[in-house]
Amino acid sequence: MPEVDPVVQQVVARHGGDPSHLLQILIEVQEVFGYLPAPSLTAVARELAVPRSRVEGVAGFYSFLYPAPIGRYRILFSDNITDQMLGSRALLEALCRKLWVEPGKPSEDGLVSIDTTSCTGLCDQGPAVLVNGRAITRLDYRRVNEIAELVRKAVPLDRWPAAFFQIEDNVRRRDALLGPTFQPGSALAAALKLGPAGWLEQMRLSGLRGRGGAGFTTHVKWKSCRDAAGPDKVVVCNADEGEPGTFKDRVLLASHAERVFEGMALAAYATGARTGLVYLRGEYRFLLEPLRALLDRMRGDGLLGRSILGEKGFDFDIDIHLGAGAYVCGEETALLESLEGKRGTPRIRPPFPVTRGYLGRPTVVNNVETLAKTTLISLGGGAAFAATGTAQSTGTKLLSISGDCALPGIYEYPFGVTIERVLEDCGAGDAQLVQVGGASGVTIAGYEFQRRIAFEDVPTAGAFMVFDSGRDPFDIARNFVHFFAHESCGFCTPCRVGTALLKGYMDKLALGRGAKVDLADIEWVDRLLRNASHCGLGSSAANPVVDTLIKFRPSYERRLKSLEFEPAFDLDAALADARRITGRDDPAAHLDGGRGR
Amino acid sequence: MTKQFLFDGQPVEFEDGQTILEAARAAGHYIPHLCWHPDFPPHGSCKLCIVKAGGRHVSSCALPAREGMEVESNTPEMNAERRALLQMLFVEGNHFCPSCEKSGNCQLQALAYELEMATARFNHFFPDRPVDASHPDVLLDFNRCIFCELCVRASRDVDGKSVFALTDRGIHKHLVVNAESGRLGDTDFSVDDRAANICPVGVILRKRVGFALPIGSRKYDGAAISVVAMKEGE
Ligand SMILES: Cc1cc2nc3c(=O)[nH]c(=O)nc-3n(C[C@H](O)[C@H](O)[C@H](O)COP(=O)(O)O)c2cc1C
Ligand code: SF4
Ligand code: SF4
Ligand code: FES
Repeated sequence: MPEVDPVVQQVVARHGGDPSHLLQILIEVQEVFGYLPAPSLTAVARELAVPRSRVEGVAGFYSFLYPAPIGRYRILFSDNITDQMLGSRALLEALCRKLWVEPGKPSEDGLVSIDTTSCTGLCDQGPAVLVNGRAITRLDYRRVNEIAELVRKAVPLDRWPAAFFQIEDNVRRRDALLGPTFQPGSALAAALKLGPAGWLEQMRLSGLRGRGGAGFTTHVKWKSCRDAAGPDKVVVCNADEGEPGTFKDRVLLASHAERVFEGMALAAYATGARTGLVYLRGEYRFLLEPLRALLDRMRGDGLLGRSILGEKGFDFDIDIHLGAGAYVCGEETALLESLEGKRGTPRIRPPFPVTRGYLGRPTVVNNVETLAKTTLISLGGGAAFAATGTAQSTGTKLLSISGDCALPGIYEYPFGVTIERVLEDCGAGDAQLVQVGGASGVTIAGYEFQRRIAFEDVPTAGAFMVFDSGRDPFDIARNFVHFFAHESCGFCTPCRVGTALLKGYMDKLALGRGAKVDLADIEWVDRLLRNASHCGLGSSAANPVVDTLIKFRPSYERRLKSLEFEPAFDLDAALADARRITGRDDPAAHLDGGRGR
Repeated sequence: MTKQFLFDGQPVEFEDGQTILEAARAAGHYIPHLCWHPDFPPHGSCKLCIVKAGGRHVSSCALPAREGMEVESNTPEMNAERRALLQMLFVEGNHFCPSCEKSGNCQLQALAYELEMATARFNHFFPDRPVDASHPDVLLDFNRCIFCELCVRASRDVDGKSVFALTDRGIHKHLVVNAESGRLGDTDFSVDDRAANICPVGVILRKRVGFALPIGSRKYDGAAISVVAMKEGE
């Protein structure tokens, strides 16, 4: 292992000794050592002149940072319900057996560790794993055998078969955004002709609403930022895409990134921002180099940098920060904290980012797809954009479709499309339910398939997971509950404790030890999550359970052992030790008087 | 002209920028709180201070009051939710009050009495983090932390030391100290620090004074926290 101090000094110097780059620095230090040894945290603190406690706080927050030793090969199985349905758990066990390791524990020789991770955004080509941060798709037993061999022989990742790392776009339906070819620079040129105010007016006419989930009207956000006091405004592209079952931003960044970056420049033109930041989820690390290369090309073409397209005073450039495995960092204020190199804890609002965002500067945070869509508005005008979709949900929406269907992938539809139509197109003949909007979204039962994808009916950030009649709604909800418990940032009481309690109840039910009072407790915890949580993670963590309890209650009741109270453990079995010690096995030494034996 | 909002049906005056909790207190109304402290900016983590404003749940310690707002606070509904939040805090840590030297001076315990929390309701998590007795004057029992971050904020912003921080996340979140060894004795922490005297529960404890004041004559033994807190301005 290389010496700690010189490595840390080099990495810190690369980041100009800027403490707001702490997360990026830790990611890069870890790339050298494989984990973050205690002395490396001390060294980072010293070099940045920040307290060590702060560094330890950040290092412990992110799933992909390891303050304790971990395998030289870190293998993480994507654990979304869609991966599980494709057999990921059995594949994980098979790999563990082959490599003689237990899930979650590094092997004794430090060669390998195997564990699960939250959805990696490859649901259309799962089961997926990350090996030292690199995504491998379409896992099957053959691939598991090959991986075991490569690990055992300690073959460097660069020499693993290229086919492992192949990632498909799987675009199945193209409309306004994915259809036409895009001429880089054309959208910016069109906006420059209108001037900042004229361009913002087109945005207003378009009615564009955010594609990241909340559906906030984009031009209002841009205008508030423009009007906010402060010269150093910022445009942030939210590429955290952590919602289970969502992968459309991955495809946009892989094949349409010119539009996304040009959209950021369009936001800068409207607001007067000079700094652009992309927050790219760690799971999409493989996109980092291609995206950086594209930024370089855009600088060369005069689309970024000083005097963009020759317009004096229009200066704007973009940098990319990596996330490190934390779903909550998709929440815009947690994202800003993370961009500042802190723990991803959502802020108190107000103030909102448009007035006090990144480093206290007025900041626009927009989703990848939202930004890409602005190029359409610039090119075709706001009115034309508003002519498709519905009155309250203009334009098209990208859906990431996975689960029980013949043709998983990306589908672009005008807003207002019915769920039934989508199911038909993706070849889902036997759908029992659809989870729209991911784990935090809505569970749609068969009798609701006439409903429409739109902010005013069934809103979605893009996830569309199909479950056929063989699937159990309880299992689906339980998977999501585990996801939220794992991803809770732990800041506020209701979510930190509530998601952990909920996980306990669902596990108790799964073991067949539930009682009717447990359902009442679940409903009570759900209510606290909804009402008292600090951010959207906690308040929507209850959704899958609430929805399935209403729409698929038999799936829960089937699991109840009794309708009265039932302890989480087997009382009689718990007495076995006492019986052994006292040498008794008479009827009176058993709870039921020995009848059950 | 002064601005007003309605607090449990009664008019309360406020100045621009004042939070609901601050304005209510100034008018003599107590709102339960754990992570809020008059000497620090709002933190917003414990959620004990939740109220309904215009039908929506909000954190009263963090939300600026607005003209004409209708706030519900001391209602059976809000108190039931606060009680459940207390129960969550109780099961999350190890709060065996009879054997805790903070008993009687503890805000968590006092609020449990105030809100008539009779049982813990939920399953206990029983965390198992070793006590840190490495410092000559102060003991840390990590298993009672409610993550209000008052020690973190006091040490960072008042003492200028950043002795404390939180690490990990979710239910695994825990307190750490500013030393590679992880031991309080290896930090520059002093018993006279503001951070040494701010923990609302029994995590940061002075050595050798534990039972100097007998149980029965302690801070919240004689009067409810709603009375003490208003009288002593905390
Ligand atoms: C827990 C949580 C996770 C989120 N994750 C994302 C995400 O991964 N990507 C995203 O664009 N928005 C995400 N959001 C929504 C953002 O907070 C924010 O509303 C959005 O980025 C704004 O962009 P838009 O207006 O273009 O949609 C998340 C929100 C919450 C509460
Ligand atoms: S709701 Fe959950 S994720 Fe959001 S702040 Fe609270 S603990 Fe963190
Ligand atoms: S140790 Fe005490 S003051 Fe510090 S966060 Fe925990 S409960 Fe709050
Ligand atoms: S007092 Fe308001 S959240 Fe703790």
